[in-house]
Amino acid sequence: MSVDAFPRGGTAIVSGATYGMGEAPGYDSMDLAVHASLKALDQVGLTPADVDGLFVALPSDMMSQLSMAQYLGIHPKVMSNNRVGGSSFQTYAHMAALALAAGECDVAVIAYGSNQRTSAGKLISSTKPSIYQAPYKPMLPISAYALAASRHMHQYGTTREQLAEVAVAARKWANLNPDAFMHGDLTIDDCLSARMISDPFTKNDCCLVTDGAAAVVMTRADRAKDLAKRPAYLLGAGSATTHMDIASMADLTVSAAVESGKRAYAHAGVGPEDIDVVELYDAFTINTILFLEDLGFCPKGEGGRFVAGGAIAPGGKLAVNTNGGGLSCVHPGMYGLFTMVEAMEQVMGIAGERQVKDVDLAISHGNGGFLSSQATLILGSEATL
Amino acid sequence: MEQIRPEHDYEAFLADGRFMIQRSRSSGAYVFYPRVAEPRTGVRDLEWVEASGDGTVYAVTVVRKRPPEKDYSVVLVDLAEGPRMMSRVDGIEPTAVKIGMSVKASVVTEDGKPLVIFTPKGGQA
Repeated sequence: MSVDAFPRGGTAIVSGATYGMGEAPGYDSMDLAVHASLKALDQVGLTPADVDGLFVALPSDMMSQLSMAQYLGIHPKVMSNNRVGGSSFQTYAHMAALALAAGECDVAVIAYGSNQRTSAGKLISSTKPSIYQAPYKPMLPISAYALAASRHMHQYGTTREQLAEVAVAARKWANLNPDAFMHGDLTIDDCLSARMISDPFTKNDCCLVTDGAAAVVMTRADRAKDLAKRPAYLLGAGSATTHMDIASMADLTVSAAVESGKRAYAHAGVGPEDIDVVELYDAFTINTILFLEDLGFCPKGEGGRFVAGGAIAPGGKLAVNTNGGGLSCVHPGMYGLFTMVEAMEQVMGIAGERQVKDVDLAISHGNGGFLSSQATLILGSEATL
Repeated sequence: MEQIRPEHDYEAFLADGRFMIQRSRSSGAYVFYPRVAEPRTGVRDLEWVEASGDGTVYAVTVVRKRPPEKDYSVVLVDLAEGPRMMSRVDGIEPTAVKIGMSVKASVVTEDGKPLVIFTPKGGQA
């Protein structure tokens, strides 16, 4: 039997930043990723020359870790460009923690950037079309998630109103976040009467298409306190996968987040009842419902009822997607790293008007593909060490 | 042993109007989409067998188009043999396609290529 030696609290995110949120015309994706990385490094007095671990996946550059190292003029010892869609960044934090703890590198940067809104105006796909799916013209990725929603509604009685609750809560959080792309009132009725795109989803059930970049800096815990007043320690990490194409997902109502969450909780020695803030990859409204269930915040099938009545909006019973999420804050193709920056800010207590009180434990959860890949991080304050 | 060339063979059968899936000679388990080996075991004893064409709708969405283009369904169908596939249900309004509906496969030609689609079984529509 293998012994799990995950370095609980052995590493920390000491800085995080976003850049070019919403629209950033004229920039290449790499420019944006570098801007976010430099901003994150600046905040803790580091420069590219200090970085010896580099983790990055740009949308249309299959060797972006090499391109970015070249751009920064550095020769990292440890790199990764693992591509599991929007969950890639959580897997990088997991790998970076192991590499840092083993002394393989000292300063790790995890970065992402995309100019998809101003360059293409739509989601850039990086997947090979399957001859067993493409002829049926699913509107991907929307239709894949819509199929999952259809199944959840059929099995558990989840309603379109409950899906809309997720979008409305996200907008209410976004209204507290000056960096969010979408501001303004959004009601359940607005969502229900919006144009249907792929049943049961209207445009309000779907994430934004924006530009944007994010980056975080990770070090070992011994150094973290010198760099940051209140580091966000990495207490646990887990990733899991069940399929690539939606037709190969055994149960459309249960994602691999059950497994990724279990592994992360086990590392951290905490459970869902201990978590103060939850940052989930909400590419579509059904995601939030599925991941709340799969990560143990409510029983399977109860997610729709759990989010009803403003329960995950500001002032509700659980703070979920406090930056406004992929639905109302930012979604530049892959959103996973933005959940990490937001979870870090909440643990550091620097999230401004949307700051949740007394945050000691936060979840950052990434999703990739078509509910295909799930990766969960648990960040904690010094009090949780 | 005969060589399996998954996409090539599948499309060649379809061109003859035949909807074929795979079955492991040793375990008897059916496989779709086509591969060179059985998932998990890796056993390379898959053979092509004719699908019964019987299935049940497992999940459904309707892709909405702006007129004059027509809306259409995208479904996941559980085949009677076990595997699940993506397809479309024709012969009724896309919004009338329901989870649990019994459907039957047929091979049609679309955009110049053969394609497996489903229609509701008698009495269901």
